[in-house]
Amino acid sequence: MGSDSRLSVSESAEISVVRFNDQKIIDPAAIEELGLELFALIEKDGRKKIVLNFQNVEFLSSAALGKLITFEKKGKKEGSAIILSNIAPEIFQVFSITNLDKLFKIKDTEADALAVL
Amino acid sequence: MSSEERASPEEGPEAGLVTIERTLPSRLDSYHDLIQEVLDGLTALGWSSELFGIHMALEESISNGIRHGNKESDYKVVRVECRLSAETFWVRIRDEGEGYDPDEVPDCKAAENLDAPGGRGLELIRSYMDAVSLSESGTCMTMEKRRNPVAGDSDDDD
Repeated sequence: MGSDSRLSVSESAEISVVRFNDQKIIDPAAIEELGLELFALIEKDGRKKIVLNFQNVEFLSSAALGKLITFEKKGKKEGSAIILSNIAPEIFQVFSITNLDKLFKIKDTEADALAVL
Repeated sequence: MSSEERASPEEGPEAGLVTIERTLPSRLDSYHDLIQEVLDGLTALGWSSELFGIHMALEESISNGIRHGNKESDYKVVRVECRLSAETFWVRIRDEGEGYDPDEVPDCKAAENLDAPGGRGLELIRSYMDAVSLSESGTCMTMEKRRNPVAGDSDDDD
């Protein structure tokens, strides 16, 4: 992954912790890259336990939500567990308005997410 | 490609009204400067907690016009007209597409649609705005948001 990648991935035990490099996930080209990097975690690297830490994220469009949904579906298909964490209240509201808080597994903190994986 | 600009404070019937108008090419990278200008204008007028929702409504409505309305055609434009005041934000977005019927947009919140990658923009717009209307042609969306009363925004001088 190049230095201009959309994600920062670190490993703890068998778990991949993924952080977003962009505070605002709105640019269409960046969202496309974000999707490719996320999908590669499952389809290329075969990661089975993934935490998506939203600490850095201040805004995201519905196009970004679409990539996250596709990522979740790919995870289910490949048997990878995905948990979202550290979602700011305004971002969490976006998930709850669209009922996506029912689709994704969401924990308050990264530690909470790691504890159940 | 055409682009026009007008920002004129102190114009119109309401004192302090700011008008921002743009004609945007149908590219998904064409409108972020406009959104930032609107958010900056609202911030200057004292808006705060509503900015996230207004950002979302603008992002989703303009990108809908470009993507689904104009199908990113080089020959079509999206016209955006905003009126900002200390109390009210109003915007009209017109595309040159064939229009759509909002009743035919699937409910993104329904269990069977939860994992569909698209179809959430309209729900977000309706949720964050106080009033949303679509013209009969389905190509012109008008939205309005009133500023929330600010808690503790009273004189606290001892």
